[in-house]
Parts: sequence; structure tokens; C-alpha cells
Amino acid sequence: MNKFRLTLYVTGHTPRSEKGIRNLQRICAEELQGTYEMTVIDVLEQPQLAEDQKILATPTLVKELPPPLRRVIGDLSDTEKVLLGLDIAALGGANERKGK
Amino acid sequence: MSGSVITAVEKLETGIPGFEHVSVGGLPKGRICLLSGTAGSSKTVFAVQFLVEGIRRGEGGVFVTFEESPDDVMSNMLSFGWELGEFVRDGKLAFVDASPQPDQEVVEAGSYDLGALVARIEYAVGKVQAKRVSVDSLGAVFSQFSDVATVRGELYRMAVALKKMAVTAILTVERTEEYGTLARFGVEEFVADNVIILRNVLDDEKRRRTVEILKFRGTDHAKGEFPFTVIPGEGLVIIHLSETKLEQKSSTLRVTSGNDTLDEMCGGGFFRDSIILVSGATGCGKTLLVTAFVSGAQKQDDRCLLFAFEESREQLFRNASGWGMDFETMEEEGRLKVVCVYPEVMGLEDHLIRMKKEIRAFQPTRVAVDSLSALERVSTGKGFREFVIGITSFIKHQEVVGLFSSTTPTLLGGASITEEHISTITDSILLLRYVEMFGEMRRGITVLKMRGSMHDKGIREYAIDGQGMHIGAQFHGISGILSGQPMQIAQPEIERMGSLFREELGE
Repeated sequence: MNKFRLTLYVTGHTPRSEKGIRNLQRICAEELQGTYEMTVIDVLEQPQLAEDQKILATPTLVKELPPPLRRVIGDLSDTEKVLLGLDIAALGGANERKGK
Repeated sequence: MSGSVITAVEKLETGIPGFEHVSVGGLPKGRICLLSGTAGSSKTVFAVQFLVEGIRRGEGGVFVTFEESPDDVMSNMLSFGWELGEFVRDGKLAFVDASPQPDQEVVEAGSYDLGALVARIEYAVGKVQAKRVSVDSLGAVFSQFSDVATVRGELYRMAVALKKMAVTAILTVERTEEYGTLARFGVEEFVADNVIILRNVLDDEKRRRTVEILKFRGTDHAKGEFPFTVIPGEGLVIIHLSETKLEQKSSTLRVTSGNDTLDEMCGGGFFRDSIILVSGATGCGKTLLVTAFVSGAQKQDDRCLLFAFEESREQLFRNASGWGMDFETMEEEGRLKVVCVYPEVMGLEDHLIRMKKEIRAFQPTRVAVDSLSALERVSTGKGFREFVIGITSFIKHQEVVGLFSSTTPTLLGGASITEEHISTITDSILLLRYVEMFGEMRRGITVLKMRGSMHDKGIREYAIDGQGMHIGAQFHGISGILSGQPMQIAQPEIERMGSLFREELGE
């Protein structure tokens, strides 16, 4: 099973940041069932990381593994789009079918 | 306000030649300036030049790029001699790369802000101790995100953050028309304090670049459009006539025109710091007069710089030797420099800058231009007028004598646009005219104007042969030469006219 490595970039402890983090945790729990590794980076504290990754918008979710590299921006409230952006919609569907 | 002192707006020099004059000192310090222009109007060059000047003065700079990648910016700016890569290595310049990443798909899922961008700019400003920030260009951000309202709000936040950082910033923005809305996406609304417009107008098949300061809140600037050009190795150069003050010193020293009779007609020669215009139809001896003027340098221990726009060096030298003047020796002795260029090879602004450069380098005591009207071909009327004022004032400031030739479009009589622009600026005007008399083409010369001196008012006949120009006696009994319709006046009529004036004087 491929392990997902996800990084979420946020700006400070704003309601939007909190919302992004909560949404990501929820999606991971529901869709990725333990096969993930999640890091949250506050760009105010580590601006060089944001510079290296060329992050503009926050929150930005970066899927580093498995390839391809994907980015989703926004507070991740639209679950369907998040799954589409991370290329795991198909996977989620497969799990569902297996479950049935 | 906790005891803060309100001070007048300070200015920060941009290092763009001429801009300090137009802006009366530079950009308002600690403020944000919107730089608006169409595609290809040199916004990026302006923005980078501003940073480079800061680095030269020991101030750090940050370049935020939304459009090109930092590598592209660096390689594009090399042609201006700006080693941005070196500045980055030395910690004087930082890039914030916000250019689109083509290899990455971005999906938007929910609301977002540009907090990371602001954080990165703040970080970069702190890293290089930046005093100057250039953001290039705002419009490109909108192409990266779908939510225009959010992006506009976030850019406003960036502008507020920049103000807090106490940096002087340039935000470039595209516009779609040269004379229309200031900027796309309504970004001008939040940085409307200071607005500069760069234009690149196509006028009569010629590009004319201008810069205009639309407004500087709370501080002074020159109004209107000023032409500029972009030169490899230098960047933007603004041609500002505001520098052209009418405060030339005036000299009573005379220099020879190279023709003794003409010197006499002018009351002893041209003045040391005057501009002389020689106007005439094609083939009537303008280049000969220029050649004589050039060789006059030899008699008086002068140095002469000749700009030739019509003939090649070889032609000029051959013609001169045909009239018994040795240009080659003069050149070897360092008394003469001939610069031959086709007017079409560059724009008039570039010609002006190049000519100024040549004059500064050679330090001549006399300058000849043959002909000014050839340059008229490569420019619009307005551009040409600015050129003429620019070059004449520059020559006068150098306290050298300048001789310009100008071709009239008609064979007989007539004036050219060149003269229209230049006649009030020049100190002396010599007219060479064809005179058709009794089925014969003869030539007449007259000193139309000679500022600050008595001169011969007569129209005198001249002939050209292997030795040059020979000025003879005045035309008598002929009127209407300048209008191109010479008429013989009968002798009794002349006497009658003469007696009329005598009577008036007698009263």
C-alpha cells in the first residue's frame, strides 16, 4: 500500500488555518485510513520552506508522495475537490467497492 | 498619533537618467508607486533598474516576480549589464518567485488567502535588509487564481504590508490600451497615491516610448509625457527637456565659417557658442558649406565633430579633397572625427543619446550635422521637435559652435518642417536658394538672422567651383527670391521706391 505524504502550509493561527487543518484531518481519517503522514507548516514561522516550495496561497496542501506532486489550495472544505486534486478519488472508490 | 512628526515627502532616487528631473528627485520614499503600461512598455526594466540603483547605494532590494521565473529575469537583464545573480549571491538582492509553475496542477478547494506570499516578501525584505521592493506584475497573479475578488483583496493586503515594512515599492501592472483604463482588474484602486505610466505608442509606423507621472500625492513632479529609450548596457534613459534651461552663457568670441566672404557677411564669423542653421534645396551647396566649416577648424586650432547622415565617410573625404581640404590629415591630427550613420538604424531618441555621448567623448569645439532633415525621416513631428531642442540645447551647454544643415523640400523658395522647429532655437540662419533668372539657375545666399550681431542683409550670388564657394555681389533689381518667384524690377520703380523712403525719413 502506498503511503501518502501530505504537507499543509498555513499562515498563523487564523480561523481559516484551523479550518484547513481540521478538514485535512477529517479527510485523511475518512479516506486514507492510516496510510498517511501529515505535516503542518506555518509559513510565518518557516518562510524559507514556503519560498522553497513557492507557496503563494494559504492554506496549500502539497501531496509529495506518491507521485505525481499535487497541490490543492483553499481551506479544503470541498472534500470532493480535495480528493480529485490529490488524485485519490479513484482510490477511495476502489476501497468502497472492496468494502462492499 | 503618539508624538510622531509629520514631515514632507522625501524622494528616493531611481537611477534612471532623467527620471529624477521628471519626478523632481525620485520616487516618494516609503510609499508605493503603481507603474502601469502595456505589454512591452519596459515596466520590468524600470522596476529592476530601480532596485539596481538601490544596490549600488548599499540598499538591499527584493524582486517579486509573478510572471517570469527569476532565471529568466536574471538572463534578460544581463544585456543591461546588471549582474542580478551576483547580487543574489552577495545577499543584496532577493527574489520572491511567485511565477506560475507549469508542471504543477493546482486545484482550488475552499477559500484561501495569499498569506504565504506576504510572509515570503516580509522574510525576503528582512533577509537582505531591503529598502526597495519591485513587484512585477500584478495582473499575472490573477491568471493563477480563479477568485478575482479574493486576489484583489489579498493584493491590497500585500500593499498595506509593504507600507508597514517601510520600503519604497514599485508595483507594475498591465493595461490593454495606451490611453484607456489605468490597469486591469481594478488594482489601481488601492495604490492610487502614486501612478506612473509607461507608453509605447505606434505613431506613423514608429514606436515612441514615453513616461508620464500621472500623480504623486503630496509632492511635486513634472507634468506630461517625456520620451525615453531603452539602451543596452544602460537601461531606461529619459529624455527630459526640463533640464534644458535657457541659461547658456554667451560669448563674443568669433569663429570662422571656413569661408572668408561668409565671415564678413556675418560680421566677422559665427559666435563661439551659437547654433547655425543652413537651409537650402538639394544640390545647392549645403554639404560644401559644412565641409568648409569643418576645415575651418584647422585654421583656428579647433576640434570638429561631424555627424553625417546622408553621405558615407569615403564620399565626404573625397568631396573635401576635391575642394582642396584634407580631412584625412585633420583626422590623424585628432582635429576631426566623422560619425556616419544611416538615420534609419535607430530611433531618434537613440540618435540623440548617441550624439551626446560622442560629443562628450570627443570634446569638440565645433559640431556639424549634415543634415538634420535626414533625421526627420525616422521620427514623428513631435519626436523630431524634442530631438532638435535636445541636441541644440546640449551643444550650447557645451559651449561649442554647431552648424546644422537642412534640406528644403522644394527647389525654389520654401521652408521645411525642420526649420519650423529649429528656427527659433538657432542663433543664425543662412539661406541658400536657387534663383531662376533669364532661363538660368543661379544661386543666392543670405544671412537671414544673426543673433547679437550686425550682418549683411543682402542676398548675394555665389558660385561653386573646384576651390569651393565663391560669394559674389548682391542681386540687384530682383525681388521675390525667397518666395521662389524672382521678378525683375525696372530701374525707375526702384528709384521711385527709394524716394518714397527718403521722403518719410525727411519728415
